[in-house]
Amino acid sequence: MMIVAGQSQSAYFLEEELPSTERSHTLSVLVDNEPGVLARVVGLFSGRGYNIESLTVSEIEHSSHMSRITIVTTGRPPVISQIMHQLGRLVPVHKVINLTWAGDALERELALVKVAGKGEMRDEALRLAQAFNARIVDATLDSYVFEITGAPADIDRFVGLMKECGLVELARTGLAALARGKTGI
Amino acid sequence: MTRQMTGAEMVIQALIDQGVDTIFGYPGGAVLPIFDELFQQEEVRHVLVRHEQGAGHAAEGYARSTGKVGVALATSGPGATNMVTALTDALLDSIPMVCITGQVPTTLIGTDAFQEADTVGITRPCTKHNWLVRRIEDLPGILHEAFRIATTGRPGPVLVDIPKNIQFQTGTYENCKDKALTQYHPAVKAPDAAIREAVELMAAAKKPILYTGGGVINSGPKAVALLRDFVKLTGFPITSTLMGLGAYPASGKNWLGMLGMHGTYEANLAMHDCDVMVCIGARFDDRITGRIDAFSPNSKKIHIDIDPSSINKNVVVDLPIVGDVGSVLEDMIAAWNARKPVQDKAAHAAWWKQIDGWRAKKCLTYRPSAEAIMPQYALERLHALTKDRDTYITTEVGQHQMWVAQYYGFEEPNRFMTSGGLGTMGYGLPAAIGTQLAHPGALVIDVAGDASIQMNIQELSTAVQHNAPVKAFILNNQYMGMVRQWQQLLHGNRLSHSYVDSQPDFVRLAEAYGAVGIRCSKPSELDDAIEEMIRIDRPVLFDCHVVSLANCFPMIPSGKAHNEMLLGADVSDEEIETAIGTAGKVLV
Repeated sequence: MMIVAGQSQSAYFLEEELPSTERSHTLSVLVDNEPGVLARVVGLFSGRGYNIESLTVSEIEHSSHMSRITIVTTGRPPVISQIMHQLGRLVPVHKVINLTWAGDALERELALVKVAGKGEMRDEALRLAQAFNARIVDATLDSYVFEITGAPADIDRFVGLMKECGLVELARTGLAALARGKTGI
Repeated sequence: MTRQMTGAEMVIQALIDQGVDTIFGYPGGAVLPIFDELFQQEEVRHVLVRHEQGAGHAAEGYARSTGKVGVALATSGPGATNMVTALTDALLDSIPMVCITGQVPTTLIGTDAFQEADTVGITRPCTKHNWLVRRIEDLPGILHEAFRIATTGRPGPVLVDIPKNIQFQTGTYENCKDKALTQYHPAVKAPDAAIREAVELMAAAKKPILYTGGGVINSGPKAVALLRDFVKLTGFPITSTLMGLGAYPASGKNWLGMLGMHGTYEANLAMHDCDVMVCIGARFDDRITGRIDAFSPNSKKIHIDIDPSSINKNVVVDLPIVGDVGSVLEDMIAAWNARKPVQDKAAHAAWWKQIDGWRAKKCLTYRPSAEAIMPQYALERLHALTKDRDTYITTEVGQHQMWVAQYYGFEEPNRFMTSGGLGTMGYGLPAAIGTQLAHPGALVIDVAGDASIQMNIQELSTAVQHNAPVKAFILNNQYMGMVRQWQQLLHGNRLSHSYVDSQPDFVRLAEAYGAVGIRCSKPSELDDAIEEMIRIDRPVLFDCHVVSLANCFPMIPSGKAHNEMLLGADVSDEEIETAIGTAGKVLV
């Protein structure tokens, strides 16, 4: 059965969300670094039907066993609030910050980009890499591996160009993000 | 004070230190060390069930009827997976429960060992929190933290999975009952500004309503007393969800009855037409709201809840108040008394007049019968003959459950144990056993359907073994009544697999278990049969034959608003068939 937006008369949320008011949000989640904590966060997203665009996790303070999870997700503002409250409800979660609401956050990602080719395409790849401040971390006579760090949109553009220059393989770390200014999470 | 002991001893010691007197469980390979310790002590009573799901629901019944934590114990693998339904049930109804499971030794984890299952993985989405204990040093802290997490904030089930080698290991036990292991500290007190704003809104209300839920009962006797004071203070009409029945007495003059899909006409119409709604410890569940875009369209909504994620989840509210119901009500009463608001008496009188008009519909009227027992009549009689006793009621899930909510007036909290959120058939009998063991002298009745009772009928054996004289009052209509009702409403009366053929002879079944069976099919004999059931100090299966095709009304059909109710007395077959539109049919 097809469900038409706004006509479902639903007791559940059957209406399709309006895409115009959806946007992507970067959440920083401070958690106890204990077994299963990532599964709790990921399970919450899949179980409640939220989507994850990017997710990174790493221990940030060994002595206090704290990890920072950075999640990029999309949704309308009420859905984003709901996601934040649901995350906040998990026992090992200390803090949930919406960096997108907090303002112009610093967002960086690292990518390793392997391209193969000869002649002019190989030269072009190198010129573009220099233009994007990508570093050469491996080279053979017919390939390069570049390392690039930047905002995800910049990496997208670089990768887009590399597709024309013989892109073989790509690995991206996902987002690391911090709020600007002197205060911490 | 610390002591050296094994992991298994620590489990028992922690239970004792937490004041646990009764646990419900079933042994198996991976919990044998704990059962061995149980055998060698007398402080904790272990109630042997017949299926782990029964242990879980019995713990829930124990918890809900006492306000204490329910504790269940099961082995690894199938023991743990059988517990999943009860854990999910406790999660959805916010019931404090601690479940201890055995696990294969740490050295075998991940090898697909005998009776190995990823218990913490499986139960992660159906517990408030869970742990796999990997080191004996962590065990005392985790055991005590499990109780703290289960009982504070919004209560819920917590599971501790203990590998068998950890149960055998020796370590240092410390009673760390009052120490927090995690940073979990939910806020209890709400900000004063929110309280003041709520009082302003309520003081100016012309058509107010209080919509209360299980959160009031979970908050404890103090919250219940405060709620009753608050109703007296404000004079507001009050309705409640299934979970909240008994917090305000059904005989109270401000009581409108339960609201929602099978709620009363007056409660639902008052919700629809009110101008200020105060939601206290309820969560705007879809059974309550009906069609969400037509839900109480002209009201300012105040929502009191201890769980911030409940706020604005289903219904956007004007004033959220995050805090414990008891604490918030206390502050609100103080603020109201300080403000001494002058209420619009004329508006309130007009509002009550309107409500009395709705009440005059007498929405719970049904067609009586002299030949056959109407299910509603059976519950009216059960209520009349048990209300002056120390009675606790549990139910299974279906029509009978809604009829109990409609016809059995609850005067006190913690007297009604039912599976609200998850809707678990098979809940009632084990929950009744848990309730009975917590209240040995009381009359505990599981109102059941003929289909539901068979989902955990094996627990009758538990009741017999432990001298728990519970009564299963079966409204036997030979159908899964609620399923049949929906098939009638939605699927052209094609009764696909909702007729229960080859039903057991419940009287002989009871006798086979060593319980007592009673059968009644005549209205004229019903009172005597119920009296007989009450007199018998043993478990009873009461097979009450009721008319087979009665439907549960009033009803808000799926996809409809509160003011589009179907009433029982005047509904035609055609109206039933066309009650739900195409869009509503996809809804549950």
